[in-house]
Amino acid sequence: MSVNTTDRLGARAPSRADVRRRARGVSHARTGYLFVAPFMLVFLGLLVLPLAYAAYLSLFQERLIGGTVFAGLGNYTRALTDPRLLHGVGRVGLFFLIQVPIMLAIALFAALAIDSGLLRVAKGFRLGIFLPYAVPAVVATLMWGYLYGQDFGLFAQLADKLSLSPPKFLSSDWMLGSIANIVTWEFTGYNMIILYAALRAVPHDLYEAAAVDGAGAIRTAWSIKIPALRPALLVCLIFSVIGSFQLFSEPQLMQRLAPSVIDGGYTPNLYGYTLAFTGQEVNYAATVSFLLGAVIVVVSYAVLFVTTRRSRS
Amino acid sequence: MRARHSNVLTICMVALLIYFLLPLFWLFVASTKTVGNLFSSFGLWFADDFSLWSNIRATVTNGDWVFSRWMANTVFYSVVSAGGAAFLCALAGYGFAKYRFRGNAAMSGLVLGAIMVPTTALAIPTYLLFSKAGLVNTPWAIILPSLVSPFGLFLMRIYAQDAVPDGIIEAARIDGAGEFRIFFQVAARMLAPGIVTVVLFTLVATWNNYFLPLIMLNNPDLYPVTVGLAQWSSQAGAGGGTTGAVLSLVITGSFLSVIPLIAAFLLLQRYWQSGLASGGIKA
Repeated sequence: MSVNTTDRLGARAPSRADVRRRARGVSHARTGYLFVAPFMLVFLGLLVLPLAYAAYLSLFQERLIGGTVFAGLGNYTRALTDPRLLHGVGRVGLFFLIQVPIMLAIALFAALAIDSGLLRVAKGFRLGIFLPYAVPAVVATLMWGYLYGQDFGLFAQLADKLSLSPPKFLSSDWMLGSIANIVTWEFTGYNMIILYAALRAVPHDLYEAAAVDGAGAIRTAWSIKIPALRPALLVCLIFSVIGSFQLFSEPQLMQRLAPSVIDGGYTPNLYGYTLAFTGQEVNYAATVSFLLGAVIVVVSYAVLFVTTRRSRS
Repeated sequence: MRARHSNVLTICMVALLIYFLLPLFWLFVASTKTVGNLFSSFGLWFADDFSLWSNIRATVTNGDWVFSRWMANTVFYSVVSAGGAAFLCALAGYGFAKYRFRGNAAMSGLVLGAIMVPTTALAIPTYLLFSKAGLVNTPWAIILPSLVSPFGLFLMRIYAQDAVPDGIIEAARIDGAGEFRIFFQVAARMLAPGIVTVVLFTLVATWNNYFLPLIMLNNPDLYPVTVGLAQWSSQAGAGGGTTGAVLSLVITGSFLSVIPLIAAFLLLQRYWQSGLASGGIKA
């Protein structure tokens, strides 16, 4: 199944014949194991084991009387009917549906513009837009939090000069949008660089052929470049699914600015954190973590499935 | 042929550039101001009183140099994690790409599937395991989980397939070189751009990590700068007489904490752009 995914992502997975041809005449199987062993050990110990442990913990419950007891799927039935968790999942799902298309559209536009040859100092634009990626989420959130604020926030100052009332960025109506803006600010440049790198690999004779046919820059972008970017866009989309659903730092820090707007269940990850460290409900927190991982894998595969199917029909 | 420029496009892109750079400019301006000026002067221009140096001095020396400690911790955690992760990925990527052994496809498929497993979903179970093993509140709690990079392996495997020709490996074997000697003396050089890319991106991931250190550490001496700044900011938000002074520390500290990574990206752009190209196109 996973090997199949590589194919869909457009990677050149080595065919069996390929591998055989390469290894003909020499069998270095044992050395091969030695090369991959350190990685695989760390992988098993720090990725597979914690996942398995979470799965194991999720089968137990702490009771006031009787201590920790086997609960079967009790935690899962609780989770699937837990309104706080469901709201959190719904919220990040909504976030994904609105923020990601905006972010990828800006990244695509910027990558095409920089690649078009119609800009002066294209390199400057590329670096400038990419820079926020190097800023930690904590700093980005603190910074935007100050900009949003009413005391010395930039928007409050500007609104004051124009004698308008500033938008209430930290109110419950605006909060998700305010967080979406921070995430867009952080990650547009990263996506742009991936798309731009993919654009550089499009064979240039295609452009020349298009130019001979009288296609302008916009027409070339639409008919040649965007179709060629499909695999790269898919990679961006998958990474965005993973990023959106595990949203944590931004809401966790914004919580201090607006404690009445962001509760401990604002996103599923924040909920898991609250459960484990405020509520001491370790088993239920492990269940939430495990379910969140499962949701992300399922949504990622669903996105892959939908997008690759549409491209074939 | 491409000499003409589009003004409309340039204006759109300048607007985008302003959006992405203005907050950083604001942060820089804010870190040159005294607390009073922060509230009384316009955010996008400098106040008469340029106090960047005194702010920096106050930030790095505050509370027995604790901010300097956090920065040093961040550097240490990220460099060790990035170096370790890149080394593991380079070895294994090369192994998967160039050796045929039973389980090769199955193992690399397993790792590929794990790209989609979110790191934060692992954080809480990892914390629970580590607290059993007595690793919580030690540097290992940050470094060990950061060593796993399924995407790094994927990138290195693809990179190794193309960058290291089989003929060269064969030739080295005929010359009598051992397999590991071939890797370290011949292949490693060809893998360098891919390795730099993995180093840089693991470095950013560890440098910017917040969730993992937040749950793993409760000793302020071990905090990375992200957790430290978040803690200062909660003190500043909590009110009280010292709010203003702490606020200025948070702002100047934030500004200082972003400089090293921005500098690294600017200096190493040749490497990460070519490395990303191979990952982004083929991924």
